[in-house]
Amino acid sequence: MQVKEALDKYGRTADKLIGAMLAYQKSTPCNYLTEDDIKEFSRETGLPESRVYSIASFYSLLSTEARGKYIIQVCYDVPCYINDSVNIVNELEKILEIKMGQTTDDRLFTIEYSSCLGCCDKAPAMQIGATLYGNLTKDKISSILSTYRGGKDE
Amino acid sequence: MSNKEITKNMLTARFDVINPDSIDEYISHNGYTALKKAMSKTGEEIISEVKIAGLKGRGGAGFPTGLKMEAVSQADGSPKYIICNADEGEPGNFKDRYLMEKDPHQLIEGIIICAFAANINNGYIFIRGEYINAINIMEKALEQARVNGYLGDNILDSGFNFDMEVYSGAGSYVCGEEFALLVTIEGKQGRATYKPPFPTTVGLYNKPTQINNVETFCNIPHILNMGGKEFSKIGTDSSKGTKLVCLSGNIVNPGLYEVELGVSIRDIIEKLGKGVPNKRAIKMVQLGGASGPVIPENMLDIKLDSKEMSKLNLNYGSGAIIVMDDRIDVLDILKRIIEFFHHESCGKCTPCREGLTQMLILLDRFTDGIATNDDLAILEILMETMNQSSICGLGQAAPTATQKVLEYFREEFTNKINSTDSIVV
Repeated sequence: MQVKEALDKYGRTADKLIGAMLAYQKSTPCNYLTEDDIKEFSRETGLPESRVYSIASFYSLLSTEARGKYIIQVCYDVPCYINDSVNIVNELEKILEIKMGQTTDDRLFTIEYSSCLGCCDKAPAMQIGATLYGNLTKDKISSILSTYRGGKDE
Repeated sequence: MSNKEITKNMLTARFDVINPDSIDEYISHNGYTALKKAMSKTGEEIISEVKIAGLKGRGGAGFPTGLKMEAVSQADGSPKYIICNADEGEPGNFKDRYLMEKDPHQLIEGIIICAFAANINNGYIFIRGEYINAINIMEKALEQARVNGYLGDNILDSGFNFDMEVYSGAGSYVCGEEFALLVTIEGKQGRATYKPPFPTTVGLYNKPTQINNVETFCNIPHILNMGGKEFSKIGTDSSKGTKLVCLSGNIVNPGLYEVELGVSIRDIIEKLGKGVPNKRAIKMVQLGGASGPVIPENMLDIKLDSKEMSKLNLNYGSGAIIVMDDRIDVLDILKRIIEFFHHESCGKCTPCREGLTQMLILLDRFTDGIATNDDLAILEILMETMNQSSICGLGQAAPTATQKVLEYFREEFTNKINSTDSIVV
């Protein structure tokens, strides 16, 4: 998807900007907005570059740094924490050989902390794309990751 | 008391009974009948029913819904907007996600009735960006409602025009705050603003705007169907209706439960949640989510009743109940909570932005064993300052859990004070 295409679909007014940026970002291989992207959103909408950048940098689902194809969002908050989410993070870091916030060398996975995913009844939880994974155990992690390595759609 | 006497399925009655993707199934289960009833009434009559029902907002603040509807309907300015706040990000809450994913048309019907009552033609459902499934389900449901004539021009031949769209958030807890939500829709950074004026008079694009929580809107069709008077018989004198409760933490049966207001927290934990795994003792319970108070085990008999709770300076907030057993380290939990707010603070006002940074530094001094009596005094003054002078609810409520720990579990802090010397930097 091109920046223009996203704006054609969502509209070029300020209230459509976040939606267009999210959709465009999702279509990029590395899940982020480059400086050139920000400039193009600015040119196309007529909004100042500073305003577009202020949005890209404020919201946690938008990124200005390259990330992986699949973003693994692990819940950081108390209901998951007291159900041992720390072990889930350790297991992800061990299997993927990266630390929280980093991206694998093959650009397939990024692990990020997320604020509460609204899945506290199945804590600990994480989300990849639109799929929520609950009642996680260390054992479940490697099988979940392998489905994505096999090219699973989000 | 059996489970059946504690739970009362009203908003959740259609959960797992109907297919949420099917408007026909909703209609065949009493759906959109309340809208038809509403359209035979005047706006004043609808608002009067909601006032008689005694419904209070379910997002946490508990403002009387009828008064809010009346304020918007009487406010000067055009166009007016109606917004459903589905930016459910308060840790421990998942009720709004279920309401949208399992019965989307109940929510849509509630919003349309409120729009009709205040003669509003445009609306948004603001859903947090993380709730991708809910966004997809609501967008599909809105399209079905349009096709079936419940949205669009001349709804059900009433002459009333109304439509709305889903607005996806982009990952920011503070956008659940009304003004931060409004400026996000306007395409800006989600930052809070001083009140008053309130959105009911100066809201989206500075026009009168009604903003309510998902669960609040979902109550509206039931009020119209049974009448405000019947609705007001559910619950207690000060808290009417049912409440969706999100039970999580160290609990055998975590989940979403709908209970009649007035039920005790202990009954919810023991009868519905089946207690703590391995019969461990409860250390503390947090009510409402990260911004809510914590209470010790010996206070669990308190009831979900705003009057009874307010006497103890408590509230049930949005309905989360997070159970923590005796293995937890209280200060470690408080640090998690403050880290959450520190991450989510929009950074606009000093008490919140700097206060949260300083709170983390002070909490570390306690866990590192280098805290002094002065640290405790400074922490308490700091939290009071944040309460009193932060612009929005985020900074005002962020210290709540810590303050309640100091009220009910003060030894957790005093036991960690290393020396009585003045502060060592």
